[in-house]
Amino acid sequence: MTLLAALRRKVDRPSLIASGAVVMLLLIGSLYSSNFVSPTYLLQQLQIGAFLGVITVGLLMVVLLGHVDLSIPWVVTMGGMMATAAGGFGQGGVALAIPFALLCGLFVGVINGIGVAFLRIPSMIFTLGVNAVVQGLVLLYTGGFAPQDRATALMHWLAVGAVFGVPSAALVWLLLLFVAAFVLRLTPLGRYIFAIGNRERATYLSGVDTRMILIFCFAASGMCSALSGVLLAGYSNMAYQAMGDPYLLPAFAGVVLGGANVLGGRGTVAGAAIGGLLVTILLSMLSVTQVPDADRRIIYGIIILVMMLIYGREARIHV
Amino acid sequence: MSNVRLWLAQNYAPILTAVVFAAMFGTYIGESSAGWKVAILDTAANNAVVLAIVAMAQTLVVITRGVDLSAGMIFIMANCIASALVVGSPGEVGLGIFGVLLAGTAAGLCNGLLVVLGRLPPIIVTLATGSIFSGIALSIRPTPGGSVNESLADFMTSDIFGAIPVSLILLLAIIVLIWVPFRMSVIGRYCYAAGSAESAAYMSGVPIGRAKLVAYTLAGLLGGIAGLFVTFVTDSGDAGASVGGTYTLNSIAAVVIGGTSLYGGVGGAIGSIFGAFTLRTIDDLLLVFRLPPLWQPLFQGFVLLCAVSLGAVRIFRLHNRLDGFQ
Repeated sequence: MTLLAALRRKVDRPSLIASGAVVMLLLIGSLYSSNFVSPTYLLQQLQIGAFLGVITVGLLMVVLLGHVDLSIPWVVTMGGMMATAAGGFGQGGVALAIPFALLCGLFVGVINGIGVAFLRIPSMIFTLGVNAVVQGLVLLYTGGFAPQDRATALMHWLAVGAVFGVPSAALVWLLLLFVAAFVLRLTPLGRYIFAIGNRERATYLSGVDTRMILIFCFAASGMCSALSGVLLAGYSNMAYQAMGDPYLLPAFAGVVLGGANVLGGRGTVAGAAIGGLLVTILLSMLSVTQVPDADRRIIYGIIILVMMLIYGREARIHV
Repeated sequence: MSNVRLWLAQNYAPILTAVVFAAMFGTYIGESSAGWKVAILDTAANNAVVLAIVAMAQTLVVITRGVDLSAGMIFIMANCIASALVVGSPGEVGLGIFGVLLAGTAAGLCNGLLVVLGRLPPIIVTLATGSIFSGIALSIRPTPGGSVNESLADFMTSDIFGAIPVSLILLLAIIVLIWVPFRMSVIGRYCYAAGSAESAAYMSGVPIGRAKLVAYTLAGLLGGIAGLFVTFVTDSGDAGASVGGTYTLNSIAAVVIGGTSLYGGVGGAIGSIFGAFTLRTIDDLLLVFRLPPLWQPLFQGFVLLCAVSLGAVRIFRLHNRLDGFQ
């Protein structure tokens, strides 16, 4: 009993309910086909979930501030495109493919951060504009001449390889989760991020240059998106236009289902990971069971609403 | 005199947007090879009015400090329903139109109830309901198709007296019948109050819940009207997910360009209409100036970014940096 109480203090309620939902989904799925609880299927979900999960970690950093990053779709695409394009420039290009893609993601993230932190433009609209500009740049770059679009061997291995049976993509995700958890829980920077999410003015008046932290978080989100683009390009062995488009809404759903407050200041890395996994499994099961696309969207929406009604409600009065 | 200056100061954003739009549209007409023709005006108005109505819907929600990510999805759902219902005899067409508007209103009411009674953040509610609405649209029209009463469609997309597009008259009717009464009414005031300072409004006894419910429901109704009208323009229903998403995002951009604050409580639908017109004219201008097609997306994105950055001018006038922080 005390153990249970201790556990309940340790683990926050949304993460617990979301994990419960994952288990329940798998159990319901097992009624349909025993494949859904086989280790192969679960490991495959971890691998596919990593593409979404990596984005979710970055988005969480931004959501904790009370902001959103709508530039994700084309930063993901850009990450994939830039990595494969760099891979076309000989030996050095192959070696630098992934760092180059991450650098591009970082750059876009910093632009987002500058717009939000210094120009004080609402993140929802500024990142939307940046998304359109990145889309324009990518189309211009890939349309002018055909750059190499094959993934390098390392990218391919990161996406589909495995270490002792565990998909390497899942390991990349796990590593990122640890880094994010370390930053958020054990560094002053993490404290500042939560503080800004609660009240930026107060944090600024406490002597923290909140603008730099905003830029940091948007940069982190940009890098995570680009990394996901690298993994996706490695997975399908090529980069293609609009490859990031299907990931914005699921990433958002993953973050909020994991218990993060979209107004900022509340959320956990573990929750975001579980939320990302929940969305991945949900989408995967809906597509495996061959539910028509239309019903899939309706079920997807209803499940998000029901989950949020269970644990995402706000206080009755905001004073 | 001071009244005029006060009015100008209060409405500089919509006025500026209107001036920019007039300049851009003038350039477009001047540069286009066909010159001034009613047919060109009709086409331009038809396309612009669709986005303008969706942007008006978005405005109502943004005023209450919310955001409607399902605006584009309500719009395509209404489009698909209209492509199935608004056919046949005049009686059936009338019933069909009623059904489409009812569906839009019901969708808006759903959003409102979930936000007010469900106490969920608007961004999440509309994200989820948007998925549901697009699913409904897709189940009605798995592939683009359907049709609409032709004579009605022809009338709605043409012009009267050979000069005034019917679409603009429809827009005017919406302003007079929906926006102005809303803006003048007490419940409209409550929406602004809830958007600018929710806790202060609550403490003053403002029925915040009821106000938001009205805003979301009216937004749904406007989405329904937009979906109905686009069916007259395209003569078919299309549930493509990207259409809805594009309209949602463009409507938010139009709202911001038109001077409505995403932080709620400031702005209005008139600015959003000009914002939508401006956005649409940018596309037309790109065509007229024969920009290489490859450059167009970049240019569109750049203009969008610049337009929304105009709001940042405020930041350089602040005496206290803290005032910029939300």
